[in-house]
Amino acid sequence: MTAIDGAEAQQTAPALVSLRAVGKTFPNGLVALADYELDVREGETLTLLGPSGCGKSTVLRLIAGLADPTAGSIEWSAPQLKSNIGFVFQDATLLPWASVFDNVFLPMRLAGLSREASAPRVNEALAHVGLEKFARTLPRELSGGMRMRCAIARALATRPALIMMDEPFAALDEVTRFKLNDDLLALKRRLGATIVFVTHSVFEAAYLSTRIVVMSRRGGRIIDEIAIDPTMARDEDYRSSKSFADICRRASQALRISIEEATT
Amino acid sequence: MQWRDVGVPLAVFLAALALWEGFVQWKHIPPYILPAPSAILDKLIEDRALLFSSLMVTLGVTFEAFVIATVCGVALALLIAQSKWLERALLPFAITLQVTPIIAIAPLLLVYLQPGNAVLVCAFLVAFFPILSNTSLGLASVDFGLRDLFDLYHASAWQKLIYLRLPSALPQFLAGLRIGGGLALIGAIVAELAAGASGQGTGLAYRIVEAGFRLDIPRMFAALALISLSGLAIYGALAALSYLLLRGWHESARAVDE
Repeated sequence: MTAIDGAEAQQTAPALVSLRAVGKTFPNGLVALADYELDVREGETLTLLGPSGCGKSTVLRLIAGLADPTAGSIEWSAPQLKSNIGFVFQDATLLPWASVFDNVFLPMRLAGLSREASAPRVNEALAHVGLEKFARTLPRELSGGMRMRCAIARALATRPALIMMDEPFAALDEVTRFKLNDDLLALKRRLGATIVFVTHSVFEAAYLSTRIVVMSRRGGRIIDEIAIDPTMARDEDYRSSKSFADICRRASQALRISIEEATT
Repeated sequence: MQWRDVGVPLAVFLAALALWEGFVQWKHIPPYILPAPSAILDKLIEDRALLFSSLMVTLGVTFEAFVIATVCGVALALLIAQSKWLERALLPFAITLQVTPIIAIAPLLLVYLQPGNAVLVCAFLVAFFPILSNTSLGLASVDFGLRDLFDLYHASAWQKLIYLRLPSALPQFLAGLRIGGGLALIGAIVAELAAGASGQGTGLAYRIVEAGFRLDIPRMFAALALISLSGLAIYGALAALSYLLLRGWHESARAVDE
């Protein structure tokens, strides 16, 4: 059984959120998405892969409610899911004047919860990302990787069913990136949240995902969809396996089509 | 901050004073032309009661004007931040006040107001604009990612103001305070000079005008020294406040640490 073939079970999982004929045209006339269709299924790690400007981040922003579609609709399986979404931005996006604890506490503070009532959740989220000893530290005193961990802890703190990650590790060095990829997989196993991940990296997509959607440069058309067996171990052996190479090759081919389409 | 940050300029200052003292002694320059630093110090001690009471008057007005300018500057900046229309309507007036030289406004204010109030209004007018413009800039310079974050968690306008916009604006607001603090003193002195020329007032600038009429040059220098020291003290206090509030998270405080 190859990684690609063994992913049938997750294809049948119910959709958490569905984008139906979604269009997004910016005021300057730029069409980011046209007739875009996507189901985000419960429990999956869905990666949107595509060249810069293909609308990957727009998809995340639309699902998170940070932007409104200009056409089509976004349908949720349960309305309450919409109000509790975790989001990890490309930059850690931390409040520079607030400690690590206060940054992770922010979503609860904005929800009207007290510091005392939120402390167990904040500490739990910090423990998940290994930052429990840095609760009082200011973001400037942290490394790039630790800042990103803090942002992940903040996204986890409200225990969302859906977490959006917009190229969260793009600015990090390779070693830190690999470590955070493994940490993310461990968190995913422990917490079971659904993740929608955006990246430029074919290897990162192949390592983290249970499904890869390759988007075209224009209008966000889906060029290929690659399902990956979620039960496969994600470790160094996997990185050097034939399955991993097959997935990377297929994703690269789709990405090349996408890029060639953009230049013609 | 290290010893060289204080020690080097202090050593240069003391050397300049020594040079000045030596030059005056060597050339036997009379004090009504150029008093030696020692003569100015003697004058400061001799006239301390008069000069310090005048200093208190000037500093009192400066402080009062600075507080009012801070409150009004921040309030108007918050108002402007709420709407582009308010910005369009109000900002031209604030800019007009800023670009009109205060020395030209002071005599007019003295016609309409009591001398004390005229000095206060002058000091307020010059201190107000930098606080307003810096705070406005700060409130408008919130990181887009953080705005998205607050939108994601459905923060209310009030929560955005308290937890995001005000802290984001703090560095620029404090820079505005540092400029405004120095300018409040300048505004007060300018208005006192205008008032002093018409024979009214009790502030330090009035002592300069009065001493000028009497050709008491050492007293003029003594009053001038007190004004300079006051300006330095105001700047130093506001720079220290800025450092304390921004230490640990803002680049400007980091530059001081290095």
